[in-house]
Amino acid sequence: MDFLRPASWEEALAAKAEHPTAVPIAGGTDVMVEINFDHRRPEYLMDLNRIGDLCEWEVGEESVRLGASVPYTKIMENLRAELPGLALASHTVASPQIRNRGGVGGNLGTASPAGDAHPALLAAGAEVEVESVRGVRRIPIDAFYTGVKRNALAPDELIRAVHVKKADGPQQFSKVGTRNAMVIAVCAFGLALHPRTRTVRTGIGSAAPTPVRAKTAEEFLNAALEEGGFWDNGKIITPSVAKQFADLCSAACNPIDDVRGTASYRRHAVGVMARRTLTWTWESYRGARRTTEGAA
Amino acid sequence: MSSPNGTPTKITQGSQTKGGIGESTLRPDGTLKVTGEFAYSSDMWHEDMLWGQILRSTVAHAEIVSIDTSEALATPGVYAVLTYDDLPTDVKNYGLEIQDTPVLAHGKVRHHGEPVAVVAADHPETARRAAAKIKVDYRELPVITDEASATAPDAILVHENRDDHHAGHVPHPNIVHRQPIVRGDVAQARKRADVIVEGEYTFGMQDQAFLGPESGLAVPEEDGGVHLYIATQWLHSDLRQIAPVLGLPEDKVRMTLSGVGGAFGGREDLSMQIHACLLALRTGKPVKIVYNRFESFFGHVHRHPAKLYYEHGATRDGKLTHMKCRIVLDGGAYASASPAVVGNASSLSVGPYVIDDVDIEAIALYTNNPPCGAMRGFGAVQACFAYEAQMDKLARELGMDPVDFRQLNAMEQGTIMPTGQPVDSPAPVAELLRRVKAMPMPPERQWESSEGADLRELPGGLSNTTHGEGVVRGVGYAVGIKNVGFSEGFDDYSTAKVRMEVVGGEPVVTVHTAMAEVGQGGVTVHAQIARTELGVTQVTIHPANTQVGSAGSTSASRQTYVTGGAVKNACELVREKVLEIGRRKFGTYHPAWDTAELLLEGGKVVTDGGEVLADLVDVLGEDAVEVEEEWRHRPTEPFDLRTGQGNGHVQYSFAAHRAVVEVDTELGLVKVIELACAQDVGKALNPLSVLGQIQGGTTQGLGVAVMEEIIVDPKTAKVKNPSFTDYLIPTILDTPTIPVDVLELADDHAPYGLRGVGEAPTLSSTPAVLAAIRNATGLELNRTPVRPEHLTGTSLSEA
Repeated sequence: MDFLRPASWEEALAAKAEHPTAVPIAGGTDVMVEINFDHRRPEYLMDLNRIGDLCEWEVGEESVRLGASVPYTKIMENLRAELPGLALASHTVASPQIRNRGGVGGNLGTASPAGDAHPALLAAGAEVEVESVRGVRRIPIDAFYTGVKRNALAPDELIRAVHVKKADGPQQFSKVGTRNAMVIAVCAFGLALHPRTRTVRTGIGSAAPTPVRAKTAEEFLNAALEEGGFWDNGKIITPSVAKQFADLCSAACNPIDDVRGTASYRRHAVGVMARRTLTWTWESYRGARRTTEGAA
Repeated sequence: MSSPNGTPTKITQGSQTKGGIGESTLRPDGTLKVTGEFAYSSDMWHEDMLWGQILRSTVAHAEIVSIDTSEALATPGVYAVLTYDDLPTDVKNYGLEIQDTPVLAHGKVRHHGEPVAVVAADHPETARRAAAKIKVDYRELPVITDEASATAPDAILVHENRDDHHAGHVPHPNIVHRQPIVRGDVAQARKRADVIVEGEYTFGMQDQAFLGPESGLAVPEEDGGVHLYIATQWLHSDLRQIAPVLGLPEDKVRMTLSGVGGAFGGREDLSMQIHACLLALRTGKPVKIVYNRFESFFGHVHRHPAKLYYEHGATRDGKLTHMKCRIVLDGGAYASASPAVVGNASSLSVGPYVIDDVDIEAIALYTNNPPCGAMRGFGAVQACFAYEAQMDKLARELGMDPVDFRQLNAMEQGTIMPTGQPVDSPAPVAELLRRVKAMPMPPERQWESSEGADLRELPGGLSNTTHGEGVVRGVGYAVGIKNVGFSEGFDDYSTAKVRMEVVGGEPVVTVHTAMAEVGQGGVTVHAQIARTELGVTQVTIHPANTQVGSAGSTSASRQTYVTGGAVKNACELVREKVLEIGRRKFGTYHPAWDTAELLLEGGKVVTDGGEVLADLVDVLGEDAVEVEEEWRHRPTEPFDLRTGQGNGHVQYSFAAHRAVVEVDTELGLVKVIELACAQDVGKALNPLSVLGQIQGGTTQGLGVAVMEEIIVDPKTAKVKNPSFTDYLIPTILDTPTIPVDVLELADDHAPYGLRGVGEAPTLSSTPAVLAAIRNATGLELNRTPVRPEHLTGTSLSEA
């Protein structure tokens, strides 16, 4: 195995162009596990740790540009207001040691359906900034996951950053594991309210071959909220609406039985998480509305 | 050859206080361990050493058609590749009780991960890659995975031509051992029962998950022998199995205990010991073998999974009438400790209750599942899970409080066991239940705080699955009985060598035993015993090795009792000799030398009235006093093979738990809030260590209640989760508050009245958690561990 250590982003792109099989490594929390288990013996390993700007983030008008290697700990500590869903998801990643090393770029690169960041990115809305010697492009998160542990990257491309929409409303993230910490998701669910566009977005983890949005559920809920004037009147969401939304989220799953859980449990749990996270975010939205009205 | 780096050294412990028994003196290796400086067996290093690697079977049951090692041997850096054909003597199998385990597979593999070949190379990665180049051609056989497939009329025999001492009395060659126990008249007693409850229970396969995967270093010696530095639970048992395979007399196989992370039964059987020695002797170089965690799951036996069928009856006023049970333990491919586990499961299947009429049967199967053997609780754990579920069912049927019902039927000193053996020391079962019930309850809705829900206190923790929705509290109780020491007529002795001499103007005692320190605290307790008995401050613990007689196994909660007993006994003999010297030197100066009861205290010889007769420094002068002596507890008897009668056990140990859980009933997630424990320890030699044992055992019991299980594919008998990614053990966020109430009711037969501590808390913890979850959910829950799908009606596959 050859170890490539590019000193700059340009060098990294050139190296990746020359050696498309090179596996990029930053925190190493995913790649090293695969190597240690001998699941993978890459010809080249490309260390990205000398490229400082991968660990930086920038808060813009509309979105946050999050460097691929920004560790989860930094997201939890610094971006809780802008990216609340992703901050909650970051909190559930493994242990403090891993959170100090691992970043969203690794989750995206591996593209495992169990990656904790995916549901939050799907719900918030995001674009993955990828680059090669051929140029830069931005891949919408919905089009990024193409199969089990496969993504839309070309062989010569590297993930440089992810642009995540700044929260314009409450966001939540829930993850089921069979212990209370340091656990790989049995399934996970992210939900974001977008009051500005009067839409709700979702993300489901570990319950289908790829991370997915529950689009039919979103459309149903968007229509129900619009029709009932919920965004304006701030009423409690009708239990039957919440239930229908939860059922549609369950239906969006395409899970398997494995050692971590049964397919039918995953489908069931996603429904429960969908209902709860909708309740939490909506309560929070109503609370914020009341506060705003009170101030006015 | 020279000693390798990481060779254990003597540790001398002083003490600011008297540091005798009953004090919580601190572990001499504690600081080294928490600062990362302690040398574990995997840290051992020798100049010029090679690395060994084992090739394991990729299938569970197959004939080996051929093995081609040529490519592996041709790999640069490889020094040796050994298969069955390279074994040097006619002894090619080993085993704790039945020698049925091949050192390397011969013609057949019987379980997934069985060792087939070993490689030595100059780098661990080279060894790994070379092992992968060995071509093994398997012809797969149908797998035997449960009782039905093991005892089917056309079942393939896992072991043909059995000639072990159990072969003659088992009903089928795929049954390792069967132990019935019959006492009283169940048919008659059954007629007196107003209520009868039945249950069928399943216990999953638990792993010991000890720290420090299997590892060791074998160094060839100039006399043709070998020195093995090894993390094990019993040096002399290893030695007895290793030497014949190597074709060496036992005195040419020297063994030194190297740093052990933990054991819990998982190091009772051999793992890489013989492989490392064979490679060292073949290559003439030191050979180190270290398993990674993945290999460790295949490298040691696990706790027997079990099916348990129980029937209990009781009268309307709550008195147990009878019990019938059948316990089927899956021993996997090799016998390991299965026969003894069967003995325990059957003889302790009634639990700590009075039932005069019983009909019991326990068996262990040979299957193609992973071999199972010793693990903390040893057969008593599985039984306790089932009989405690039965107690709750009976109490419910009778409309009684589950604690009252247990207390009404609790055994006490004088109770006769189903084996006919009287319980002849305190058995405070009802009192332990009373104490655990009397402890204050944790507050309701303890997750609520002024800043909203504290997720850490809720099921799901920081995964943020509930803010209180669906959460229901449950409370459950359980109590158990565990034997202490080796049973059924086993000659369960230990040996201690104790030396007293003056070093640097101060009397110092050296204690040398072959006891494996696996975390239980023997290194602390031995020093405490020496201080109490010999009145010194400085005690040196000699590294454990085979240069001293056997200490027996560090298992069965026995080391403080048996090796502690041996140390106490040797100290007493040393004291007599010291007093003898004193009388010779100074006897004429004071009449008390001949008339008074003399003690050694504070470095002096004193009378029982406290008068100082002489300084130990003066008594000893240049002399050293040394005694090596074996020590035995009361003998036991085998159980009758037909009736199960016999005084089979040495001592019993009791613990009771109260579990308080919060269950997210919608998601099936469990948070154990508190696991209160009350245990009788006879005498707490080191109260801090006792607390650690009880809290550790309690947590290990919690693990198998809600998460820990090795999952074996029933179609292929292959292990599906051999890693800490998918074999989950409790983290600190899963570990509840564990308040402990320790009773000290002396057992007059035991040294200082002590009672073995380590295992009992592992028994009752699991059923208490299960009872609490049943209490919260109203579900039957007849298996452990409980998984979210069992609590949400989603266990069945959609397919």
